[in-house]
Parts: sequence; C-alpha cells; structure tokens
Amino acid sequence: MAKTKKTIKTIRVDADKCNGCRACEIICSAYHAEPKYSSVNPARSRIQVMSHRMKNIWLPVFAGENANAECMGRNVYVIDGKEYPECDFCRASCPSRDTFKEPDSGLPLKCDMCESDPPLDVPKCVEKCLNNVLIYEEREEEVEEEIRPEDIQVGLEALIDKYGVQKVLDTVSRMTASKRG
Amino acid sequence: MRYAETGFNLEIDLARGSVEKVASDPRLTELHLGGLGTSVKMHWDRVSPETQAFDDGNMLIVSSGLLNGTPAYSANRTLCTFVSPQSGLLAYPMMGGFFGAELKYAGYDKIVLRNKSPKLVYIWVHNDKVEVRDAEHLKGKGALETQELIKAELRQPKAQVAAIGLAGENRVFTASIEQSRSSASRLGGGAVLGDKNVKAIAVRGTKDLYLARGEEFMKHMAEVTEYINFRNTNPIPDVMTILSGIGSPQEMKHTDEKWHTENFMWGNARTRRRDFWSKPNEENWTRTQLEAIQRLISCFNCPQQCGALVEAHDQGPRYMMKCFGKLTYSMAAYVDDLGFNFKILQRATEYGVDSFSTPQILAFAVELYEAGILTDKDFEGCPKDKEGRFIWLLDRVARREGIGDILADGVYYAARKIGNGAEEFDHNTIKKHEQLPLKLGMLDPIYYLMYSTNEKISITQIEGNFPQSAFPTREQREAFVKDWVQVPDERFKQYVLEWEPRGEKAIPYFPTPDMCSEIVDWMEMLHNVDDALGLCAGMASFCLKPPYHIHNYPKLISAATGMDMDEASLKKIVNRSRNLHRAFNNLRGMARADEKPPEDHWKRRFPELEQELLSTYYRFKGWNMNGVPTRERLMELDLGYVADELEKRGVLKVGEN
Ligand code: SF4
Ligand code: SF4
Ligand code: SF4
Repeated sequence: MAKTKKTIKTIRVDADKCNGCRACEIICSAYHAEPKYSSVNPARSRIQVMSHRMKNIWLPVFAGENANAECMGRNVYVIDGKEYPECDFCRASCPSRDTFKEPDSGLPLKCDMCESDPPLDVPKCVEKCLNNVLIYEEREEEVEEEIRPEDIQVGLEALIDKYGVQKVLDTVSRMTASKRG
Repeated sequence: MRYAETGFNLEIDLARGSVEKVASDPRLTELHLGGLGTSVKMHWDRVSPETQAFDDGNMLIVSSGLLNGTPAYSANRTLCTFVSPQSGLLAYPMMGGFFGAELKYAGYDKIVLRNKSPKLVYIWVHNDKVEVRDAEHLKGKGALETQELIKAELRQPKAQVAAIGLAGENRVFTASIEQSRSSASRLGGGAVLGDKNVKAIAVRGTKDLYLARGEEFMKHMAEVTEYINFRNTNPIPDVMTILSGIGSPQEMKHTDEKWHTENFMWGNARTRRRDFWSKPNEENWTRTQLEAIQRLISCFNCPQQCGALVEAHDQGPRYMMKCFGKLTYSMAAYVDDLGFNFKILQRATEYGVDSFSTPQILAFAVELYEAGILTDKDFEGCPKDKEGRFIWLLDRVARREGIGDILADGVYYAARKIGNGAEEFDHNTIKKHEQLPLKLGMLDPIYYLMYSTNEKISITQIEGNFPQSAFPTREQREAFVKDWVQVPDERFKQYVLEWEPRGEKAIPYFPTPDMCSEIVDWMEMLHNVDDALGLCAGMASFCLKPPYHIHNYPKLISAATGMDMDEASLKKIVNRSRNLHRAFNNLRGMARADEKPPEDHWKRRFPELEQELLSTYYRFKGWNMNGVPTRERLMELDLGYVADELEKRGVLKVGEN
C-alpha cells in the first residue's frame, strides 16, 4: 500500500510551570475574533486554564470534540496528592458545563491549532505564553494510505457484527416502510 | 460603540439594595482616560469636602483601568478609591490579580458603592445579572477563605472575588481588600468596605471587550513583548538585584535579602542591623523561603511571576504572598527567623491587613510597652516571647479588642489617644500614614519631594524610572544612558551622567531643585498614566527601563480606543487628573504644612534647601506656595470649575496667580 506523510501537531503542556496568567485564553479569543483582534473574551477561548489556586492546580486544557450527551459517570483524579475536580481534564464541550462553548450561542468550541493560510510558525497561545508552559512540536509520520470507509459503512458494520445481517436488514426495511408510510 | 472600555458603570446604593447600570459619558474618557482619572472625577463631582470616611456619602469605587482586559500584558490593576479613614484624603490603593479584567468582561468599567447596607452582604456580578446577597454566614471569615467559599457556593470556579477579612469588618484603618494573590492595602479600603457592610464582591464576565484597531494594537504589543523578553534576559548591571529586572520587586524569586535586612529599619522603623546577613541567617531565610514556596504565580495576563503560593511547613494553611510582606513582620518584631514571618503573614492575610503599616503599628505598641507608656494592664494575657507577643497584638488589632481597638486606628491616631509621650514614638508617618521603615543618612532631594508631595502618600509606588542613586563611575553612567529609550527628554541622560556619589555634583545639592522637579514630575506622570490604564507599575512606572513608557503608551491607547493621542495630549490628561486630585485634597485641608517627611527620616537635613525644593516644585507644577493649583494652571487644564470651587471655599484667593 502507498505511504504518505502526515504532520502531527502537538502542544506539550508543562502544567507545573503554569503561573495562571491566562494570556493564552486572551490571545486565543482575540485571534479567533471576527475581524481578527477586534475583541477579547477569554470565555470564547479554546484553551481554558482550570485554576484551583489553593490546591496548587493550574491546568491548561484545550477544547476537543463536542459531546452531545454528558458522560454516564464522572472521574476524579488524584495526582501527586492533588485532587483534580471532576471533568477538569476533559476536552469536550458537553451539556454538563459552560466550558468550551460560545457564551452567547452555546455553540461548541474546538481548538483548531490556529490553522491559517499561510500557516503560523506556532499557534497563538504558544507564542504568548512567555513562561514556556506551552511548547509546540511538529513531526512527520509516515502512514499507510488507507482507503477510509465511509462513516455510515463503519456504523453498519458494527451493527451487523452485533446483531447479524438479517436483523439489521429487517429493521431497515421496517423503518423505511414506516417513514414512507 | 465603545472600545477598550465597556462604557458602563454599576451603581449600587447599599442602603436601598438597588442596582443600576449606568452608561458613562465618552467625553469623560477623552478628558480623564479611565481608572484613577475617571474615578477622581467622580469623587470630585459627588463627594463633598465635609464627607468623612465612615459617612454614608463616602463613595467607594472599584475600578478597572482603561487597558484592563485587552491583550496588553500586565494591564490588570484594579483601583479602589475612597476617602481614607487614616489620611482623610482621597486614597487610591490598587491591586493586581484578576478582578478588573473580569469586571470588564462582565460589561462594566467600575462598580460604585454608595451608602451602607443594613446587614452584611456580598455583591455578585454575573454579566447583566447583579445581586446583593446575604453574607451573614461569612461574618468573621478570612479574606482568602471568603473568596473560596463564595466561588464554591456560586459554583463558579472562574469567578474573581475581592473580599475583606475580620479587620475590614471591624473597620481597622489598615484593613486591606484582598483578591487572589493581590491586595489593595494602603490607607484603609477594607475598613471603608467593611463600614458599608460589604464582605466581598464577586464577578464573572463572559462578554466581548472591543479593540478599535486590533491588528495595529497587536503590532505595538509585539514590540513590547520583544522588549520584555530582552529585559528578562538582560538585567541592568551595576544596580541592586532587586532593581535590575522588571515586574514588581521579585521578592518571591530572590532569596538574597542582605540589602533589605541591613538597610531597612527593624522594629518601629528604629534600628539598622548592618551585620544581619550572617551565614546562619542567610541559610535560615533561604531555606524557609524555598521550602515554603509551592509555585510562583502571576497576575492576569502577565508574564512575570511576582507572587507565590506558599505553605510553610507546620505553620498553617496555604496562602498567597507577594512583595515585602515576606519580611516586614520578622523585621518589625526583631525576629531573626523568617519562618515567623511566613506564619504570621498567613494570619494577617486572612484578617486582611496591610503588611507595611500593620507590623509597624505592632512594633510601635511593643516600644510603648518597653517605655512604660503602655502597661501590663494593656498587655494582659500577652505572651512574653517576641513572636507570641506579635501574634497576640495582631489578634487584638484585627478584633479591636482592648489596646487593639486604639492601635487599629494606626500609629498617628493611636499615639495621640494614648498620649503620655506616645506621640514621640510616631516618627514614621506622613499625612498620618505609616511609611516604609527607611531612615538614611543624607537628605535625598528627589525622595524628599516624592515623600512630601505625592497624592499616593505611600512612597513605594511613586519612584521608579530614575536611578535611586548615582553610579560610581563615568563608564557605568554612560553604559546606563546608552540604551535608555524610556526618557521623555534627552536632558535626563545628562543629569545621570553628571550625577556623582560624592562631591559638588552629589545629593543633597545635585540634582538641583529644578532638575528634581522635572525628574519627580516625570515619574509621577508615569504613575498617573499607569493608574489610569490599569497597568502594573512593575512593568512601567516603578522600574528602571520598563517595557511601557511615554513613547509607546499613546500608540497603545490610540489603537485600543480609537481616540487619537500623542505624548503631549496624554501628559495633559494625566496632569489634569493629578491637579483635580490635588484640589480635592486641598479642599480637605491638605496644604504645604502637611508636606514633610518625618524629622528623623534622614540624619542630615537642610531646612532651607528643603523649602527651596518644595517651592521650586510647586512653581514647576503651577501651584501656589501653599501647594494649591493656581487658577491659571487649572484653566490650562480645562478645570475652571475647580478654580471656582477652590475660590468659593477660600482655598484659593480670588485673583491670586
Ligand atoms: S499563558 Fe502559559 S502560564 Fe499563562 S495561563 Fe496560559 S499556559 Fe499558564
Ligand atoms: S492552538 Fe490556537 S486555537 Fe488552539 S487553543 Fe491555542 S490559540 Fe486557541
Ligand atoms: S509584574 Fe508582577 S505584580 Fe505586576 S502584573 Fe505582573 S505578576 Fe503582577
């Protein structure tokens, strides 16, 4: 199979060095404003610094995927004797909280690594964190060029694995009939 | 559309519990910028000269600065303005931390508190929703404790809370307003807030703040950033470590305290200990500090880290520390162990008291006891050891119990109340306010003027851009002025070049009174700009070769606000604020007679020269010989209405110029 190059972009977060200044939140929101730098609003930032200062916790977290439903259960982590509150490590914009959502519309936010044309040398939050908490790294990886099945096919295969072909077919035809009905 | 500012203030009448969102007049921004500038104007307009600190009519304004919340690094100062219970003048302590920017994101530039609440409350500002909430359950709680409790009960981990401790509730004159790792400490803002029955103000904002010309603003900021990086890697040679970098004094980072411990006074600004920094003491201090500091922390949007989260081993819960609070209690109590300071400061922070004034008040009480002016009766129940005694006294002051009730009014008033010779021990106050514990040899003319005249009253944040003393060699001077881009005028370089540590061109006669006036005027101007913009003085007016200065402020202000501003117009605005502030204080009786440092401040005094300095400076400022702005100066600054008022009240003579 053919090989292609893929760029993996990583931001290393040296959270122990974070001093809680929120410069990253400010610049992310300003950079993504329309037009660029026309406004600031850290609540719109795709990086949020979870701060619990009396616990010595300053944790920069990047917005990831949107979750339509909240988790069935939550986790509390204790690391180095510090208890991190529920959900702090989670990157999802999720119905359980306001984090990683546009404050007015509630639409989910997701870090896009400051994608732009032409590309930036480093993402904005990395550039403005003068304490070197955020370190940008890029590396090339060779990946096999795979022919990605469509999402729907992936889903159907999972259903067939679980219920068998016949059951899936029956269900689809029943649903089709009722929809057309 | 308003840029950089929100254009709204929150007006809260505590007596009625009413809250109003009021649009501010954009013309006021053009005339007074924001922060201190616009707050002073509001006090002038609305607070009569008869109003005392604990009167209903004493407004307390909690204000952001014009650049708070923008991407300008270190623009995070929150200013509290009020008539001080201690000085009786318009005080403006400010804090770093995170409050001012959050207030802007909530949609307000200032919170104006009027009258008094009938019961203890806290204020919760969440964008357009503003509530005055019951705070009975927070009565007596610590200032840091309160912040955490409020955030938890509101379930708002990102809310910022400014709170008072027990000292504020009890109207202790040195009570501070604490917020995160910072505090507005000087001159009793906590007491005024406590008198209004407000335990705390919490704010969370998720609105946009606009920049007029954002791209351009970021270009200017890129230059500032480059310079910050340059300065962080290129400390200034030939000056003390503490003066070599940028940011507020890097007290959490540096452990070398030889200079402070051997040059500042111990006790009640009493004794210099020239041999303190011995090996064992150095080891004790270094170890204590390094062990206690959990992490260095900064204020909002600042790359420096002047504060720290500390947890002293076996000495109570965590708290946050900054600046000279690190050593003021140990020094005032004559306790060589720095661990004592770390311990008592935790208590003092929760009580919410100023860590410059308070240790001096306690040391003053100890001196009076040793002199027999205060007696065993006053000290009944007090432990005998130095440490225990200080903690006991601190508790009495914060609770206003027994002798503590008298001490809680500060050294000046306590001395007069106690009498019996106690006045003699009040040797370190100016305008009734405790000063840094510094007593030096030779009169310093620049410092003489700053101590005597500034509206800020506390010296620590008036000085900054001009070197504190002459460089010994010509080469050092040349090296210093070579890349001194911050000077407003080239002639200041000449002053540094000519200035010698000894001889004819040395203090007290050089810099000359004319030069001193220019130097002081320059530094005050910078501080007034910072205080209007909400910039940390540590990144501008309060340090040598700072990233922000008169040549880049106007560019940043113009790009942020869309107002066109150049150096001359900016200078005029802050000069206007300063004169308005001065006039406000003049109406309250402040005059030349009040403008003097303590008698023992320097060993060698020059009464004639000092008077000449004061007169020269007054003339330079356009003030009469009593330190009151003349009509002519006021008219130049569009303050004709101020001249009218000063004349009406007889503070200026009609026709005098
Ligand atoms: S800019 Fe850096 S130091 Fe500041 S909060 Fe973000 S990650 Fe932490
Ligand atoms: S990489 Fe860019 S989009 Fe992602 S958090 Fe940082 S500034 Fe925001
Ligand atoms: S320089 Fe220090 S005090 Fe000033 S804003 Fe930055 S962290 Fe705060």
